[in-house]
This record gives sequence, C-alpha cells and structure tokens, in this order.
Amino acid sequence: MMAEAGLAALWLAAALAALQLVLTALGLRRDEALLSSVRPIAIAQGLLTLFAFAALIYLFLNVDLSVALVAENDHSAKPWLYKFAGTWGNHEGSMLMWVTILGLAGGAVAIFERRLNERTLIATLGAQAAISLGFYAFLLFASNPFARLDPAPAEGQGLNPLLQDPGLAFHPPTLYIGYVGLSVAFSFAVGALVTRDVGPAFARAMRPWVLGAWIFLTLGITAGSYWAYYELGWGGWWFWDPVENASLMPWLAATALLHSVTVLATRDGLRAWTVMLAVVAFSMSMVGTFLVRSGILTSVHSFAVDPRRGAFILALLAIYIGGALLLFGLRVGTVKEGSQFNAVSREGALVVNNLLLSAILGIVLVGTLYPLGVEAMTGEKLSVGPPYFNSAAGPLALILVALMAAGPLMRWRRDELKPLVRRLALPILLTVAALVAVMLLAPGIRLLPLLGLVVAAGVGAGSLAPLWGRNLRRTPLFTWGMVISHVGVAVSLAGMASEAAFTRETLVASRIGETHRVGPWAIRLNGVDPVAGPNWTAIQATIRAQRGTAAPILMQPEARMFWTPPTETSEAAIRTVLDGQLYVVIGKTDAEGRWQLRLWWKPFVTLIWAGGAMIAFGGFLALIGRVRRERRAQERLAWA
Amino acid sequence: MGMRRVILWAPLALFALFGLLFTTGLLKPSSSTIRSHLVGQKLPDFNLPAAQAGRPSVSSAALEQGGPRLLNIFASWCVPCAAEAPQLAQLRDAGVRIDAIAIRDRPDDIAGFLKRYGDPYAAIGADKDSSVQLALGSSGVPETFVIDGKGVIRHQHIGDIRPEDVPSLISAVQAAR
Repeated sequence: MMAEAGLAALWLAAALAALQLVLTALGLRRDEALLSSVRPIAIAQGLLTLFAFAALIYLFLNVDLSVALVAENDHSAKPWLYKFAGTWGNHEGSMLMWVTILGLAGGAVAIFERRLNERTLIATLGAQAAISLGFYAFLLFASNPFARLDPAPAEGQGLNPLLQDPGLAFHPPTLYIGYVGLSVAFSFAVGALVTRDVGPAFARAMRPWVLGAWIFLTLGITAGSYWAYYELGWGGWWFWDPVENASLMPWLAATALLHSVTVLATRDGLRAWTVMLAVVAFSMSMVGTFLVRSGILTSVHSFAVDPRRGAFILALLAIYIGGALLLFGLRVGTVKEGSQFNAVSREGALVVNNLLLSAILGIVLVGTLYPLGVEAMTGEKLSVGPPYFNSAAGPLALILVALMAAGPLMRWRRDELKPLVRRLALPILLTVAALVAVMLLAPGIRLLPLLGLVVAAGVGAGSLAPLWGRNLRRTPLFTWGMVISHVGVAVSLAGMASEAAFTRETLVASRIGETHRVGPWAIRLNGVDPVAGPNWTAIQATIRAQRGTAAPILMQPEARMFWTPPTETSEAAIRTVLDGQLYVVIGKTDAEGRWQLRLWWKPFVTLIWAGGAMIAFGGFLALIGRVRRERRAQERLAWA
Repeated sequence: MGMRRVILWAPLALFALFGLLFTTGLLKPSSSTIRSHLVGQKLPDFNLPAAQAGRPSVSSAALEQGGPRLLNIFASWCVPCAAEAPQLAQLRDAGVRIDAIAIRDRPDDIAGFLKRYGDPYAAIGADKDSSVQLALGSSGVPETFVIDGKGVIRHQHIGDIRPEDVPSLISAVQAAR
C-alpha cells in the first residue's frame, strides 16, 4: 500500500509542477491574476515529494521485499542506520531524494522570499518547476523507486559494503543539498533574465541559496575526501578522480558566484557575469551528476553506472543548460550595465578572485574531460592524473589564496595601493619569517609544498586583519564568517602542504613479531586473528606502535570480507596524535605467514579537514548573519 | 558590437561542444583493462640506481643492447610476485634473460625476497617512487614486458605469470630476436 501511495504522490507532484510551469508562462504573458496561485502550488508540490520520500524510507526500514528496489538494496540483517541510509544509497532512491530536496527548496522560496519583485519571483518558481518536471519524468519513466517485484524474494541483496559507513551514509545527501541549492540560484538567474530584472534585489534573494549550497558542498567535499582517505586504504586524501572532480567543479563555480553575488548585492556591479556564473554553477552540478551516473569515465567511485540513465541526464542537461544559455544570449544584451569601479578596489579584487577560480575550474574541467576527448578522437584510453592537476591548478590556487589576504582589506569602489601595503605589513613580515623558518628546518623541501606552507602562514595572519582595531562584539556576524572561512583555507592549505612535504611511507611483507620503522614510529606486528561482524568476517592485525620511549599504542587494521554481496574491503587503522596521523593497512598473506603491511606517518594531515570544517562553519555564520539582516530589512519594509 | 555578440553566444557554443563529446562518449562501449600504449614503441629514457650493491642495474640504454629479454616489474611486498617466482625460474632455465625493476622497495627486503623465492634476475633497478613504472605504462605489480634487442616493447603481460603463460612468453622473446 505504502509503495502505491508514494508513487501516487509522485505523480501528483509531477502534475502540480506542470501546472506551475503553465500558470507561470500564461500569467507572465497574459493574465496577471493567474500568478497568485503559483506560490501555493509550489508549497503543495514540496509536501507531496516529502511524502513520497517518507514512504520509501518506511519501506526500507520495514524491509518490504515486494518492492524491487528494497529487495535489491536492503537486507534484514543490516543495522537500522544502514537500512535508513540505504534508501538513498542507490540510484532510484537518490534521485527521489534529489527531487524531494528540490521540491522542498521550491516551497521554501515560495514561503520566505518577500522582497524580490513579484514577477521575477514567479518566473523563478516557473524555472524551478521546469527543472523538477525533468527529474519527475526521469523518476517515473526511467527509474521508478516504487516498482513491485512478484514474487517477492525471501531475503534482500544487501548494500554495497563500501557504502556501509556512517560517514558515507550522509555524504550523498550533503552534496545533493548543495546541488539543489545551486539549482535554486539557477532558477533565480533564469527568472531575472526572463523579467530583465538583474540587480541588487535579485542578488540578495539569491545569496542565501548560494551560501547554503556552498556550505553543503564544502562539507560534502571535505567529508568525501576524508571518507576516501580512511575507507579506501590508499593513504591519499585527494586522487583527482573524475568523481571527485565532479564534486569540486560545482564548488569552484559556487565559490566564484558567492563572491560575485556580493558585488552585485552591495555595489550593483558584475550583472551579466553573476547570471552567467549561476548558470555555470548549476551546469557543473549537472555535469557532475552525469559523469558519475553514466560511467563514461572510469572511476573508483562508480557504483551505479548505467549508460541509458546517462542519456536521460544528458538530455536534461541539454535542455536546461542549453535553454538557459540561449536565454542568456538573447537577454543579457538588453540588461543595463551595472555600476563601474576602479581596478584597485574591493570589486577589483573580487574580479581577480573570480577570474582565478574560473581558470582553475577550466583546468579541472579540461583535465577531467580530456580522456573522453582523446578516446572519441583516437580510440585510445588514458587517464589524467595528479601531475597535470597539481602543476596546472596548484600555482593558480596559491596565488588565489595569497590574494585572499588582501581582498577583504580593500575599500569598495576605489582604493590606493600604499595604505593597502601598510595594512598588510604584518602578514607580509610573517610570510618572510615563515619562508626562512621552513628553509632552515626542512632543507630540500619541494617548491609547491614550500610555497604552500609559507602562504598559509601569511594568509592565516592576513585573514585575521579585518578584525584588527574593531569592536569585536559589534562586528557583524557575516564578517566573522568571512574571517573564519578564510583562516580555514589557510589551515587546510597548511595541512595539504605538510602532508605533501613530510609524509613517510613504508611497505613491507612482515612476519609476526617483526618491527618496522616509519617516520618517528617503531611498528611491531604482534599477531593476526580472525574476527566476525554482523554481515562480514575479517582478519584483524594487532600492531604495537611506539614513538621514542613514549607508552606504546595498539592499532588493529582489518581486511574485511562481506558476504552479501561478496566484497573485500580494507579497514585502515588510524591513530590521530597532536602533530599528525599514523595510518596502518593490512593486506594479503603469503604461504609462509608473512603479511603485507602499509604504514604511513602523515604530519598535520588532519588540518586539511579541520580547515574544511572551518570554511563551512564560517559560511554558516555568514548565512545566519545575512538572513538576520534580511529579516530586519523586511520588517522595516512592513512597517513603512 | 560584433565582439559583444561573440562573447554572449560563446558559452552556448562551448556547451554544444561538450554535449557532442558526452554523446560520443555515451555511444562508445567501454572496456576496463588498461594496456600500455607503448607496446610497439621504444622504451622511454630512464636510468635507475641498482637495487642491490654490487649488481648491475637497469637503464633504457642497457636494454637496447644484448638481445631480447623480459623486463619484470616486481616488489618484495607483493604477494603475487612470490607466486610467479617458480615460473620466472623456469623461464630463466629456458635461457631467457630477465631484468627487473623493484617498485617502492628497500635493499634488505629485496635480498630477503630473492633468498626465499629464488633469484632469476640478471639485473635489478630500484624505482623508489614508481616513476619509471608509470612511464612504462604499467599500473601494478607484477607486470612483465618483452623487450626486443633494440629497446622496443613488444608485449605486455599484466598480472602474475601462470605456468600456462610460460611457453607463449618464451616464443614471444624468441620472436623479438
């Protein structure tokens, strides 16, 4: 019953989306009276999708095996958290989740947005309905999550064991919220293009959505990077894998958009550019979804690959992005130019920020798609790896981060270089000091990590500069947010550079009782024992790690064998200490009882993710600050 | 005005290009074994340090003279490498010269490995960071290349050498003469 109810809700929501689109089109062209019904429809649509998603969660929690999707992905022996997370740990469920978040976002725009010109808002909701319609069609015609299975099997087929991990259970939703946030920004841009109303009001309406999307994308990428780090057992934190790039590209575009939308909201500049970025940001999230789901690029992350679904997403991509770019070409010429500004000014700095971010985005995009292009032309298979990405994007990223210290200290409209240099004197001094210190303490360090450490020190200090000489209690929340995010970037950069420069790695086939060295640690393999979990068995190594004469610690890496479906995974043992992480992986054995061990010592590697969390937290503070200010402005408007 | 036009429509044109690329990518069936595209080509230039003191090392220059041979990519920490040791010994006994590159390894670990599983190698180079391995187009251990007398890669064997692979490798080396 529940499955049928969910399916019915989905069809109803799709019908409402169609109605929403038609009413918007008719209302904007002919009869203004029709527009008043668009808001309630958007809200109803959101509630219906929520109901459908709740129905699917119910089916998964109760392991209703007469539903095909549940039978394929659920298992009664699974812990409840993974039954719950299993709802979206598959293609159909994740698409339903996407549509649900999309529906709820549309409802939220309809309820909360009051300051934007009404026609622009309705056009925005119309665009949102058009996007939803495509995904409803995708769900209902190509990936119905509620399809029944007759006869029902006695037991389900489990969940990919790599996905049975609390971190990963919440990784896809985080990215999806980010993608959907960008779709809302996209809809605002389309709405503004339709009514030719590109200005500060539009920017202020769009900003919280961009900021929210950006926070979730930041969290998603940070969590995804940590997941790959500890779950794959390869000791790396970023592999420039197509799927990772697919999540990085929307983030880069969203970061650029976040900064350009501020120029538009505060100074009414960069009109066309901001609209373009909103389109690009959403395109990147669609391109990302397409690359991940279609499997046209080989990746370690390809779980649910299906070329037919790829074709469907490609069609949606062509309609939305092609349509938006067409609209852009037709309309932007008629949007008035925004206000002008001097090259040396806050706006100027933000333009440089945008150009650098766009260049990095271009580099990542080209590197990700290059194998596809080569295969299309010559039929040859190749992959583009870290050497290209690091050497092409690394220097630009360093320049970007270095300039990040200067931007927030500049004045809007026009500024002078001399006083700016004076404001930056202390960070510059610190940079030089850091350079000398690193060269002395770590001679022979490679150039990029060296620059990374030095820039991180200078920028960390420089990013705090906007708080100097200010009454800290009266400093707006969004300024705090910016400062924390920027410091977070420096922290993360320090972690990356330290990991690149100082990591020690040892690979051995070890007998029980042998001792090996990695960095400052002595590692002894004490024993290897079989252990069993709820749906897996494993061999578990017991390892004694000792640093100097300090008390030894015990570590237990595992190699797990899951039985439904049969899969082997490696559970690294990771010990975090103040100045880094010790990372131990156990591999296979040979006939003579020697075990493969991989040992890493990674100084300050945790700063990478701590910085990521800081960046997201700063964004969160900024979001609260902006929304509060917006609310107050709305109240003033209501009283006037 | 003309310039502005171009800028306004460039994104759409670029996007159309990507769309075309994606479509061709979707239409092509994909396979997942990755072969080195260097098969049939000359070895890239490299010169590795010797993996063990007092033994010859491996370089592209050395591989260009002294006749055809096998180039075995292995490591002491690699379990399938131990599994293929008897087959390598068989190949050496059949008169095939085998040079080797040890990946991310240490001299005493290599010595222990050779002592335990036998030493079929005429020369061993040490590739501390896999750079030569990647330059050869090899993505894992063990892998074995057939190199002709002029330093051209004739054949790539991915994974451990099974007993049934031995005859075909011997004939591949003979054919490379």
